[in-house]
This record gives sequence, structure tokens and C-alpha cells, in this order.
Amino acid sequence: MGILRSLLSLRLASLLVLLMAIAAPAFSQTEEDPGQALLANLADASPRQMDAAIEAIVNSGDPRARSWLDAFGNNRLSRNKDTGQVVVVLRNVGRDWTIADPLTGENLGEISRRELDRVNINNAIRGKLEGVLAMLDLYSTNPEIQRTAAEAMMGKVNETVIEPLNNLLAQDLPARVRDRLELAVAIYQLEQGDAQAKADAITTLTGSLHSRARAALNNAVAGDDPAIAASAKAALISIEQKLKMNRAAETLYFGLSLGSVLVLAAIGLAITFGVMGVINMAHGELIMLGAYTTWGMQQLLPGQPGLALILSIPAGFMVAALAGIAIERSVIQYLKGRPLETLLATFGISLILQQLVRTVISPLNRSVTTPEWMSGSLVINDALSLTLNRLYVIGFALVVFAGLMLIMRRTRLGLEVRAVTQNRAMARSMGIKATRVDIMTFALGSGVAGLAGVALSQITNVGPNLGQNYIIDSFMVVVFGGVGNLWGTLVAGLTLGTINQILEPWAGAVLAKIMVLVMIILFIQKRPRGLFPQKGRAAEG
Amino acid sequence: MASSQTWLLRPLQERSTQIFLGVLISALIVVTFLHLFMPQDSALHVSAYTVTLLGKYLCYALLAVAVDLVWGYLGILSLGHGAFFALGGYAMGMYLMRQIGDRGTYGDPVLPDFMVFLNWDTLPWYWQGFDMAWFAFIMVLLAPGLLALVFGFLAFRSRVTGVYLSIITQALTFALMLAFFRNEMGFGGNNGLTDFRDILGFNLRTDATRLGLFIATGIALAIGYIICRAIVTSKLGRVSVACRDAEARTRFLGYRVERVQLFVFVVSAMLAGVAGALYVPQVGIINPSEFSPLFSIEIVVWVALGGRATLYGAVIGAILVNYAKTVLTGVMPDAWLFALGALFVLVTVFLPKGIAGLLQKRKKAQHDDDPATAQEATA
Repeated sequence: MGILRSLLSLRLASLLVLLMAIAAPAFSQTEEDPGQALLANLADASPRQMDAAIEAIVNSGDPRARSWLDAFGNNRLSRNKDTGQVVVVLRNVGRDWTIADPLTGENLGEISRRELDRVNINNAIRGKLEGVLAMLDLYSTNPEIQRTAAEAMMGKVNETVIEPLNNLLAQDLPARVRDRLELAVAIYQLEQGDAQAKADAITTLTGSLHSRARAALNNAVAGDDPAIAASAKAALISIEQKLKMNRAAETLYFGLSLGSVLVLAAIGLAITFGVMGVINMAHGELIMLGAYTTWGMQQLLPGQPGLALILSIPAGFMVAALAGIAIERSVIQYLKGRPLETLLATFGISLILQQLVRTVISPLNRSVTTPEWMSGSLVINDALSLTLNRLYVIGFALVVFAGLMLIMRRTRLGLEVRAVTQNRAMARSMGIKATRVDIMTFALGSGVAGLAGVALSQITNVGPNLGQNYIIDSFMVVVFGGVGNLWGTLVAGLTLGTINQILEPWAGAVLAKIMVLVMIILFIQKRPRGLFPQKGRAAEG
Repeated sequence: MASSQTWLLRPLQERSTQIFLGVLISALIVVTFLHLFMPQDSALHVSAYTVTLLGKYLCYALLAVAVDLVWGYLGILSLGHGAFFALGGYAMGMYLMRQIGDRGTYGDPVLPDFMVFLNWDTLPWYWQGFDMAWFAFIMVLLAPGLLALVFGFLAFRSRVTGVYLSIITQALTFALMLAFFRNEMGFGGNNGLTDFRDILGFNLRTDATRLGLFIATGIALAIGYIICRAIVTSKLGRVSVACRDAEARTRFLGYRVERVQLFVFVVSAMLAGVAGALYVPQVGIINPSEFSPLFSIEIVVWVALGGRATLYGAVIGAILVNYAKTVLTGVMPDAWLFALGALFVLVTVFLPKGIAGLLQKRKKAQHDDDPATAQEATA
């Protein structure tokens, strides 16, 4: 108990030590290191004296205390039988162990393990040590460490730490740390406190989504006090409802994320297939090219994955667009008006591109680094956190969609594309260069596929089969949404993604996918022209 | 009865069918002769391995004929015929699995090895009856036929045609592939069905059985060809060509387009199923990769190379492409996909009528006598 009370003064003490260390390095070198005595004391202590020895270390306020106690808890603190020096074992594999000086951190080389005598620790001490270490971290001035320590406190509170915790709570704390500690204390109170404390604890725990809080409440429901059990039950029900909402939100997020991937993969197809009526089975491989561009860019700029990724956006667009132009000029233009033949020829191209990547780069998946600002997740609450890379992909998909909409609606190119697809002969007689429009449109659709590849490289494996995995899905999205309708593609992509995610928990990933495919097949029977069929003259084309 | 017989036998009076059957039967006889009566060390000897390989090509040829029937004469580009082929194959595979009996690794008299491995204790209901050859052989026709019937009924009734139909047939086979990959489906998952022992009491590993299967495949191809020929030369065939060329007009003329489409589609699926069923005992394995969209689309390129709407062209295409595949994958495995991809592009761009188109150009005079090819030329 005493150990922990004394922790309160620790912050000040550690500051002092730090100052001393900065101000007088010479002093601390000539003087005997106080740590040596502390460690020797710990190593010599009988189990009964352990508490006091640990307390002495903690009270010393030494900044190295954390690492010593850590080593002690992990059975890494040993004593050299010959010199009596206390050392930290760095590597305890084999016959010779690597050791280091705990005072300076200096590596002392290897020594036979027979020369070492481990400083023993029993489970009772270890249990207490955990609390002590957590408390040490809670007093840390580093907010990151403090937060992790508070997180770790959940459900770990016992009688040894409750008092210092309450004292700590009386001080100024960051909101997040305070919130965590209050919950942690409440969980403890719900188990150990008196009736009033239990009732208070339930009030605190109501609305918390942490799994430990739920576990504690569940225990309370099973407890003997009927009043407490009833209110705990009420609290649990409200938590359960909140959880349900969060789970729904999570499913929706995953659904939107998958949906935005589908939209990205399909939107280029919505232009080449939907608007131009060209079946491009090599669309998936254009996506693959975009993904490989990202990989190539990262190889060119090692150590700067973020910059490489941003540069990949225009680069991926250009690479895929140029490949698209090459496909259009070399093959598709000769197959105008023969959709089934176009399908076969472009399928051939997709095989060639796949094999090309396999032969030139590698048949194995390449790894694309996710830049730091895209990794990690956005924590909403205990039950809901959104992974950042998927969040970026959703945003990217929407930006690409908006950009395409603008091009199709507001630019000269968009106007010409619509004119040529509605009535080619008439458009040409009005002076529109139909061939040029064909090339530009196909390049645009292909370039967007490249963009999709750049985005996909962040959330899936980059390999020769990347495109194949998306081509059928992409066609399904376009057909489901209604050919020639960009809005339809957006709605269809997001809908299919969400439906897939809703089905997945109870059907499994593969079965969910099959069910979605079957559903689309049935849907097309009912509405052959998709969710948003074209109306008027365009529909007859 | 008499009229239906003449309906079926009429193709035998055609010159092109006679030539085709003549070539096919003489090839069967020659291969059999070379296999049985040439000494092992002779250069002319055809090994059992080659016989099986040829049998495999003939299965593919039958499959290609089935695809040509719907693509060439009905205008439906099916990218899912591999599914019908695989279903026929699985029906046969299930029969062969049941024939293993207690000779499997685990020695269970009823359950196939993979079920014992999955700790299943009873046979799923859909495996019942497959120990009887007649039942299995009926299922070879029924399983693909039923799938085609249901799928075709839904698709043709709502007038899904052209590219849309192609894409959903592809989705169909893709969905089936995913489904058959699942262990819970009870078809051996990833590994599929394999380790077969005998068929109708004959040991599958003997040369005589292999030769028998090769001849059976040849006969099946001949019969399949005659059936297709009979269909395309009948009135139904003419209506189906009309559907191909002007679906709406045919409908306005009063024909029930969807019924014609459904009939031809189901017949084609059954032929594909038979091809699959003959394929499995010769290759010795059936697994979900036969459902892969790539395989289905490969079939289409055989037909395209050989020449669409000729039937015999499909046979030529299937044998040529698969021979090239055997040779190329043996010599340079990497090059095969390049070659296949290039074939897709070159055939569609430069050779829209395939090899049969080239042959027809040469025999322009004969061309005018043959009603079916004359139609093709105007199409």
C-alpha cells in the first residue's frame, strides 16, 4: 500500500532526477550510482522483504525504475554469481546468454547461463508488480503512455491500486484518461464496493461499450443483491441497444467501404461499356496496371510511400489511359458494332496483360506500403473504430465519381460523348470528330480504372490476378445499376457492397458472394435494364 | 415414331455430315488399330497415354459442338458452358466415387474419403443413388439440363439477350465455382473428386478401358453431331437461326422465340454434360476449376477459331487449340497464355469466320449446294 501512496510524489521526484542528470553528469558519474544499491537490495530481498525493496525502487523516482521492474517481472533480472553484479538478460536462448548493465544499459556481452542467478519472483509479487507498473505509467508525462496505461487499467483494478487511483482522479487529467480510470474504478466498485458504491458504479457504467464493463455488469446481474441485479440488467439492456446501433454502423461502414471499391472498379466500365457500349474484358487488367504503377512508384521513391502514392494517382491514370488507347486503336476500333467479338478480343488482351505481368514482374503478389497517414484507425468509441485506409478509399471513390460526373455533364468532351453515343451519324454531321471522341472516352474510362488500381493497392494484394477478381463484380455493378447511367453505378455499387456485408456474418464470405450473384441474376431477369434503365431514344441502342 | 426417326436420320444424307462422320470413324479405327496391333517400339504405335489424350480432345470437341449450337445457330454467346460440362463431370465423378467402395484410404464402404476426412457420418441426400450406373448416367443429362432449363426459362422469358446474357452466364459459372470450392457443399471442395478405380466393372487403369472410353467418346461425338445437325436442319433450326439474326422480327412473325431458345439451350447443356461425363473417367479427376470463367471462355475461342455456325468447325477448333495447348504448355508453359490471348485477338479481328470460313472460300462451288452453309454466308 505504502508503495503506491508514495507514487504520488513521483512526478516531481522524477523531474528532479532528470534535472540532476542534465545539470551534473559528472557528479552522477563520480558518485556511486544509487541504482546499484537499490537493485542489490531487490536481489537480496527475501519474499517478505520484496514489497519494501520494490517500494524503495519506486520511491527513488529513478527514471530507469520502469525498465528494472519490467525486467524483474519478466524473469530477466539476474545476478552474476562471481561479481555479485545485478544484470539484465537480453537474450536467454542457448547456453550463453547476452546480458546488459541495468544502470547504463551497456551491453556486457555473452556469459554462460550457469554464471547467472535469477532474481526470483513469486506470483503474488508479480500480480502486485503489474499494478505498480501500470501506476508508474499512469504518472508518466508522456500522454501516449498515460493513455495506454489507463486503457490497461480496465478490469485490472484491485485493492492495492484503488486508493492511489482515487487520489489520481482528484487531480487534473486528460478527459480520455479520466474517463477510462473512472470506468476502471467503477468496475472494481461494482465487484467489491458497498451497496451505495455499487449503485454509483452502475450509473457510471451505463452507456459504456467496453467489453470489461459489460462483463462486470453481467456478473452483477448474477449477484445476490436483487436491487443491484435489476439496475445492472437495465444498464446492460441499454448497452446492448447501443451496441446494436454500433454494430449496424460498423456493417454499414464495411458495406460502404466494399461498395466504394466496387464503384471505383466499375465506374470506368460504366463509361466504356455503359456509355460507349464497348465490352472491355481487359478492364480488370487496367485496374491491375494502376495498382502496379503504385508499386513501381514506391520502388522509385523508397522511403516515401506517401509521396509515391500521391504521385501514383496521376501516373496510374496515365498508364492505364495509354494502355486503353492502345487497346482501342489496335483492336476495338475494328470490331465496332460486334459486341460479342469485342468481348472475346478484349478477353484475349486481358490474358496477355496478365501473363505479361507474371513474366516481367513476378507471378507473386507485390507488397505496397501504406503510408503512415493512411494506416491506423479512427476510434469512435469502444465498439466502433474505422480503419483509415478504407475511409480514404471511400472518399477517393466519391471524388472520382464527382469528377467524372462533372466531365460528363459540364465539359465539351462530355457533351460530345453524349452526342456521339446518341446518334453517331448526326453528331458527325454537326462537325464532331467521332473517332477522336471514341479514343478520348475510352482513355477516360481506362484511366479511371487505373485510379481504381491505385486505391485498391492500399487495401488488397497487388498481383497478376487482381483484375480478374474484380471484372465480374464490375460488370455486375454496371448491369445492376443500369447501363449508361453513372448514378446507377454509384447506387448499385454501394448497395451491393452493403448487402454483401449484411449477409456475410451469418452466411460466410463465399456464400454471401454467391447469394449476391444469384440475387443479381434474378434481378436482371425481372428488370433486364437494371435499376435505372435509360429512357427515350438512347434505350433503343 | 417413323417420322422422328427420319428427322434424326436426315443429316446422314447430307454430304458434309457424311464427310465428318467418315473422317471421325476412320480416325477411331486407325487409332484403335495402331494402338492394338502395332508393336510397342514401332514409330506408328499409339500409346495408351495418347489414346486418352485424344479421348480428352474428343470430349472438348463435343463440348465445342454444344457451344456452337447455341452460339452459332441461336446467337447466344454462353460464357458458362463450362458449368454444364462440369456438372455432367461431377455426376459421373460421384458415380465413380461410389464405385471405389471400401478400397479408399479410410476403407469406409459407403462414404468417400473426403467425407470421412471431414468427419461426416452419413451420405448427404444428393449422393443417394449414385452407386447405380443408370441413375448416375441419367443425372449426367438431368443435372446440366435442369440448370439450363431453370436459368434459360428465367433469362429468355424476360428477353435477356446479347452481351447481358453472356455476362450473367459468366456470373453463373463463377458463382458455381465459388460454391463448389466450399467443403460444406459435399463435392470434395478444392480437391474435387479423384482416385477413381473402375467404371461399370472395368478397371479404369487398364489400357483396354482407356481405349473403350476413347471409342465411346468418339461415338458420343458422332451422335451429338448428328443430333445438332438434325436440329439445325429442321424447321426448329431455321427458326432459331431467325432468332439469331432478327429476334424481334421472328417474334412478330408469331414464333415463340423463348421456347425455341430454351429447347436449343437445354439440348446444348445436356451435350456439354455428356462431354463432361466422358471427360472425367479419362482424366481421372474433376474439381471446381472446370467451373472457372476462363475455361468457359476458352471453349468459345475454340469455336471461333474453327468457324462459328458450322459444327464441324467447332470440332476442328477444339482439337487444334487443345493440341497446341498440350504442345506449348509442355515446351514453354509461360507462352501458353500469350498464345491463347493472341489467338482471341487474331481470330476475332482477322478470321471472323474461322478456319471453316477459309475452307468454304476455297470450295465456293460446293458452297452453293449446301443449304446450311449458304445460310451462314448470308448471316
